Amino acid sequence: MLARLASSRNAGLAALAAVVALLPLALVNNYYYDIAILAGLNAIVCVGLNLLIGYAGQISLGHAGFFGLGAYGSAILTARYGWPPLAALLAATLAVALLALAIGRPILRLRGHYLAMATLGMGVIISIVIATEDRYTGGPDGMSVPPLTLAGVALAGERVWYWVVGVLLVLAVWLARNLIDSPHGRALRALHGSEVAAEVGGIDSARHKVRVFVISAVYAAVAGSLAAHYAGFITPAKVTFFHSIELVTMVVFGGMASTFGAVVGAAVLTTLPQALTVFKEYEMVVFGAVMMLTMIFMPKGLVPTLAALAARRGKSP
Amino acid sequence: MSAQFLQFLLAGLTVGAIYALVALGFSIIYNASHVINFAQGEFVMIGGMCTVWLANAGWPLPLAIAAAVLLAALLGLALAKLAVEPARGASVVTLIIITIGASILLRGLATIVWDKKYHALKPFSGEMPIHIGGATLLPQSLWVLGVTLVVVLLLSWFFGRTLLGKALLATSHNRLAAQLVGISVRRVLLVAFGLSAALGAVAGILIAPITFTSWDVGVMLGLKGFAAAVLGGMGSGPGAVVGGLALGIIEAMGAGYLSSAYKDALAFVIILAVLFFMPSGLLGQRSADRV
Amino acid sequence: MKHRAWFAAALLAAATATQAQAPIRIGTFLAVTGPAAFLGDPEQKTLELYVEKLNAAGGVLGRQLQLVAYDSAGDAEKARTFAKRLIEQDKVDLIVGGSTTGETMAVVPLIEQAGMPFISLAGAVVIVEPVKKWVFKTPHSDRQACQRIFVDMKARGTTRIALISGAGGFDKSMRAQCLGVAKDHGIEIVADESYGAGDTDMTAQLTKIKNTLGVQAVLNAGFGQGPAIVTKNYRQLSIGAPLYQSHGVASKQYIQLAGGAADGVRLPAAALLVAETLLDSDPQKKVVLGYKRDYEARFKSDVSTFGGHAWDGLMLAVEALKKAGSTDKARVRDALESVRGFMGTAGVFNYSPTDHVGLDVSGFRMLEIRKGDWTLAR
Repeated sequence: MLARLASSRNAGLAALAAVVALLPLALVNNYYYDIAILAGLNAIVCVGLNLLIGYAGQISLGHAGFFGLGAYGSAILTARYGWPPLAALLAATLAVALLALAIGRPILRLRGHYLAMATLGMGVIISIVIATEDRYTGGPDGMSVPPLTLAGVALAGERVWYWVVGVLLVLAVWLARNLIDSPHGRALRALHGSEVAAEVGGIDSARHKVRVFVISAVYAAVAGSLAAHYAGFITPAKVTFFHSIELVTMVVFGGMASTFGAVVGAAVLTTLPQALTVFKEYEMVVFGAVMMLTMIFMPKGLVPTLAALAARRGKSP
Repeated sequence: MSAQFLQFLLAGLTVGAIYALVALGFSIIYNASHVINFAQGEFVMIGGMCTVWLANAGWPLPLAIAAAVLLAALLGLALAKLAVEPARGASVVTLIIITIGASILLRGLATIVWDKKYHALKPFSGEMPIHIGGATLLPQSLWVLGVTLVVVLLLSWFFGRTLLGKALLATSHNRLAAQLVGISVRRVLLVAFGLSAALGAVAGILIAPITFTSWDVGVMLGLKGFAAAVLGGMGSGPGAVVGGLALGIIEAMGAGYLSSAYKDALAFVIILAVLFFMPSGLLGQRSADRV
Repeated sequence: MKHRAWFAAALLAAATATQAQAPIRIGTFLAVTGPAAFLGDPEQKTLELYVEKLNAAGGVLGRQLQLVAYDSAGDAEKARTFAKRLIEQDKVDLIVGGSTTGETMAVVPLIEQAGMPFISLAGAVVIVEPVKKWVFKTPHSDRQACQRIFVDMKARGTTRIALISGAGGFDKSMRAQCLGVAKDHGIEIVADESYGAGDTDMTAQLTKIKNTLGVQAVLNAGFGQGPAIVTKNYRQLSIGAPLYQSHGVASKQYIQLAGGAADGVRLPAAALLVAETLLDSDPQKKVVLGYKRDYEARFKSDVSTFGGHAWDGLMLAVEALKKAGSTDKARVRDALESVRGFMGTAGVFNYSPTDHVGLDVSGFRMLEIRKGDWTLAR
């Protein structure tokens, strides 16, 4: 029993690692690599966000704010103050973690759409501050970001970044799965089922909710820093509530309470708009229709629905 | 000083009335189905754009307005029937994503059926500013406030005195009990969506002469309407109105007396502060969970 | 035997002919939808129209032109991805695009690294200051707009003004430039208000300006529907001081939206908008009148200076291709940088290694809106 559990967990991770390793065979030019990198960065954020939404049953419509703070934190410290990029990344991530800790407790007392509104408000406030304080942030037109350097070597070029993001994605998924299978993860699932029952069972729901909130914020901040260094440029468009909604959509689309679902959701929804450009002015219509139809017919999300189908096929003689 | 205050107040009330209408739309749908309809803003857009289009094509204004409201209501019914009903068993988050998809779809259709430009609607009764105590008010603002008041009164009559309205209220209190007494909750859902869409369209038409309309005005207005509904207490009719007016006034006062750059941020800070002390909004019911 | 030789020769000739016929690919990414559709829509229409006309007249260097277009919707991230797609996947020969400054700046690192000639259609001076080897632009910079406005104000004896701007990139950039050069023109900015993107009512900010002592004129550095709302609110509050707009509203849409409130508003804009009323001796008349008539005949809607920037960009690209005699990117870039005396819709272009804007302030006319139409200000 234990062996089966362990192997199924590792099987998923191994599959992901295999995909990351073999995908370059299909990536014919830098444009394809670019899309893969963007999908990977989105996937990292979504894996963290999925812990909050799928497992803990909370909601956040403001995670682009954490992404943006990580990105701008790195950008400002490296571009304006000359910090080494890794130090800036750590500092920005730490700052975001502290912020999430500070506002997590009061925000997570709210439930349902009140929580949605509070996180949305938080995200909007962050994006307004970033867009307004143009002396530091370059304002609505954004600012350039120096490249990420590792021991003096600048990380540049799509191929290099592909491996950086790929390895970090596998790491992020591994960490998330470890978390889910830990006592903390079980506590989260318990309070997702029924917060009252969990408290009765001795789980400090507030502490656990805040902890997962901080963890998901950290995921977003790290991805944000990397995205800023990769593109060499950051604008407030990445901090808007549209981007927050996009992230939530990726998580739900791919399948809540499924780490791999989050990865698949991010990958599909990052590449889909590129594929839909053939529809020209009908692109928005097609995109909206695809979203609606997928959620209507696969309400649990892509991966859980497909997994259930596969399981049923497997069972029938 | 007080003339300035009055100017800010009038501006805040005008835009607040629009937020109130949009917020009412959110609350009505929430009551019928516990869904947050993220496409609500698009109905506002459809109201304005359709009216402009028909008016430019030569239709008399009252007819154009009626047709636009009807179109919005029909789209609301379509949304309920084709998108929300089939996904009835799904989780709330899934339904939210469906409505987000619907809003993208509607915006895309708007750019194809109409266009991507901004359009102005002729004000209903001219543009001569009215002077009141040192401040000026546009006649269109009087229309906005007047029609909103009439709509709120009509809604309270509807929910308080008609059978259908009471059925909607009953469903919002306890869905199962409502079904047990013979209320068709499916029909309630359809009515709720149709009604909210019509409300949104009315808001869009009222505000179009003042602020112009285009295919994407729905996004910001939808967001503000949602914020207003939550501020006032999601699901509460009076809460939606209070929330809307409050949000409008906070924005105007913030722009006037504090920093105009941060006025939106100020509005959200205040909403967050209210939610921290009153987690169910200003007039919302304190929710109790059955264990 | 002979037949086979003839056959082979014919095939070879056909193959070489098809090679020579490979189209010249011009890439573009524009904000056709989104908050900057004001810009991107006429830009795309202009590019499509003139690529068609050029092809009908035989193309360039004996080859047809092919336009590869993407809609970036005003989003810098999308612009970056599409620029990468144009460079890597579509392998275009040059790029004319980038409706907004944000989108342009986001692709600059890519452009420089790939060595792709790029003509931007965006406004802010930061695009060409410092000069970037592969990046050129066609609109007047926002600093030039400020200077033109201040020159006009000073000539009318105005020295104390109020500034109101929006939250967008164009707004903030122009505001910063105006604050920077005001002193040089003897202008003092005594009030500085701003409104948010998508705001629907600016009476609060304008009331504050109205109550500020000594304001002789108000400058609205904005773009999109914001300035139209500011204009309507301005008249509603009966503010007597003259209202100046930026070249960001140089499109009939602004007049349609603001209605009668736009009468009396002054703005710097290209002569394109008053093409018919220019004197026959005006060197700009031929080009601007030609473009205006072509555009209005095809699309049945009024020209805007934004479409004009796209015309300038495309024609400059064609000029550079002809001068270079090939699509070799380095040769085309050098040819572009050596363009002198080229008459565009915005004025005369003189590019040089230190000047990738090419325009001087003389192409900027001061216009005034009267009875819902553009006229040259007295």
